[in-house]
Amino acid sequence: MTPVRLKPKRYKVVVGLGSCGIAAGGQKVRSALQDTIDRAHAPVELTETGCVGMCYREPLVDVIDPGGSLFTYGNVTPERVARIVEEHFLGQTPVVEWLVRAQTMALPDDSFFAKQKRIVLRNCGLMNPESIDQYLARDGYRALTKAIKTMDAEEVIKTIMDSGLRGRGGAGFPTGMKWQFAHSARGEKKYVICNGDEGDPGAFMDRSVLEGDPHSILEGMLICGYAIGADEGYLYVRAEYPLAVARLKKAIVDATALGYLGKNILGTDFSFQLHVKEGAGAFVCGEETALMASIEGKRGMPRLRPPFPATSGLWGKPTNINNVESYANIPWILLQGGAAFAAMGTEKSKGTKVFALAGKIARGGLVEVPMGITIREVIFEVGGGIKQGREFKAVQMGGPSGGCIPAGLADTVIDYESVTQTGAIMGSGGMVVLDDTACMVEIARFFLDFTQKESCGKCTFCRVGTKRMLEVLTRITQGEGKEGDIELLEDLCEKVKVASLCGLGQTAPNPVLTTLRYFRDEYEAHIREKRCPAHYCKKLLTYEIDPLRCTGCTICARVCPVQAISGIVKQVHAVDQSLCIHCGSCVTKCRFDAVKAR
Amino acid sequence: MSKSSKTRLPRQGDPPLGDQARVERVLARYSGRIGAVIPVLQEVQETLGYLPIWAIQAIALGLEIPASQVYGVVTFYAQFRLKPIGKHLCKVCHGTACHVSGATEVSGAILEQLRVLEGATTEDGKFTVESVACLGCCSLAPVIMIDQETFGRLSPDKARKIVKEF
Repeated sequence: MTPVRLKPKRYKVVVGLGSCGIAAGGQKVRSALQDTIDRAHAPVELTETGCVGMCYREPLVDVIDPGGSLFTYGNVTPERVARIVEEHFLGQTPVVEWLVRAQTMALPDDSFFAKQKRIVLRNCGLMNPESIDQYLARDGYRALTKAIKTMDAEEVIKTIMDSGLRGRGGAGFPTGMKWQFAHSARGEKKYVICNGDEGDPGAFMDRSVLEGDPHSILEGMLICGYAIGADEGYLYVRAEYPLAVARLKKAIVDATALGYLGKNILGTDFSFQLHVKEGAGAFVCGEETALMASIEGKRGMPRLRPPFPATSGLWGKPTNINNVESYANIPWILLQGGAAFAAMGTEKSKGTKVFALAGKIARGGLVEVPMGITIREVIFEVGGGIKQGREFKAVQMGGPSGGCIPAGLADTVIDYESVTQTGAIMGSGGMVVLDDTACMVEIARFFLDFTQKESCGKCTFCRVGTKRMLEVLTRITQGEGKEGDIELLEDLCEKVKVASLCGLGQTAPNPVLTTLRYFRDEYEAHIREKRCPAHYCKKLLTYEIDPLRCTGCTICARVCPVQAISGIVKQVHAVDQSLCIHCGSCVTKCRFDAVKAR
Repeated sequence: MSKSSKTRLPRQGDPPLGDQARVERVLARYSGRIGAVIPVLQEVQETLGYLPIWAIQAIALGLEIPASQVYGVVTFYAQFRLKPIGKHLCKVCHGTACHVSGATEVSGAILEQLRVLEGATTEDGKFTVESVACLGCCSLAPVIMIDQETFGRLSPDKARKIVKEF
């Protein structure tokens, strides 16, 4: 009798290869894993996934053991791979010290997930985004099947209305109502557009969803097409997101091959085709009318509304345009029902919101939280507080259209109305956390620099007004502010807001208005005392050498471009304030932390 | 109104025949399609590295729209360039997260190391350094991207080392 051969225990290893995973070195980890596994003949299946949101721990490697338990390793380097293969796959003992998450044990990083509720990100980081089979295995295209086989268009729209879903691009217009308008609009030809032109600096929600779960966006758009009576759609994605574009194109090919896209979908008379359009780098194209002009091959300049896209959109046809995150919610709502979605959140803001946590936060990454949670909970419980234990000063929400919410308002709940009340906006979900080293005047200057560059130039107040505001702000940060500057800024803010056609100009003053509202004393200190309270604005700093720390290494004297520093080897150096041009080279070069900027 | 040197077009001789054929091939694939200007410009720039003025004229002819309109599109979008770039393109991210994490210092270090001005190409034609608004890798800030490779969690010294080794 031949002995029965036991089937070797198989491990499944998944490397996180979203853009941030790759940037952190995920590809190198993947090749190291492949090499080590091959050499050790370890019984392992190696595959990849999108972003699970723990960007602060990238590169991430998930291990699913033969029993089905999940272990996640964080900050994996090619050097760490050998030990993981050796001890975990061959020795069957996880390397506990490198684990960041495991089903079988409690770890400190668990609090990152504790308050999250994942609807939009339901598949991100849990499946291979390039595999339609894995999407199908996770209820993929079931919502579409349900819609086109068992519901009529009105029922679909009613479900979305019942859910209370509001536009996740930032404006918060009820999605169901938008669909209703496009549905009622007269016209043989209609279009569905997905706005993936995520231009806010500091935001990467849409990128992560497009890279991590492209089919869910396709499914959301298909359902919308069915509801409004459209047979063609465009996915407008930033050219800066090549991975998202590649994965979407593959998803379209795969979905077409299985009959979820194309002619007579699933044997019904509903047909739909999709195109991917790559943006060409213009922030204003996030505005819907500018985006449509861009698809038509024109300069992406906004036009007056009405007519709204629902009646006259792309090539003059009725068009429905929603943001990536809005579409990603649709399949879930159709399967679970509008009421299940509406059960989450506050009175007027239902469901969840995805945020990109970045800046001076301990755990930067992608999080999805129920509406109604407070800013404090997101920053301190999910995000783990401020980096290096520094003091929380403010959080910037909504990018260049938003504003800075000060630490004192951290108990503000997250819903459209409450955030708007602070002067910021919900926006698309960028949350940049600032600590006590951030100068608020400089932050305002930074955003104005951005909007001034990105203004399309159509409206005078936006084109010239933002430029003038930038000049005033730059002057203030360089110590040349004068009495009356604050009033001049306020006056310009008001005029730019009122006299601009589109959202870019109307909201461009928000960063200035909110910093003036909450941090007026910082503006005054810059203007009147020529002092930057955060010690950030170089021109306003005085550089001095701490005699207790200076070792006399001479490096500061050598890098000083104007020979303002004098001293001999091994003796304490000194700065001649009359010569100093405040460039800060001495601070950056000093290895003993002896140059103090005050 | 006086024209700034930035918008003046570089003078060029006759375009290489091979390049002309490449542009024609791109145009052939898009003939008859509506809204094709941007994808055609993207593909032509991809093959030629930039958009020479003869190519803009050829595209206008091929798509049957005025050259001024094509030129208007080219100058509107940040992606398109009228001048050739260096062998490697280094994009320094100046998004909010990178800005608060020291992007200005990283930028300065790279420009100093390569002895080049922002937006310009090094004398040996090896590098073009550009500032971009956001690369979307905010949690790894500050970030730069050289060609297709992204480098995160940088310091001025790390950035200097990366461009030096390229």
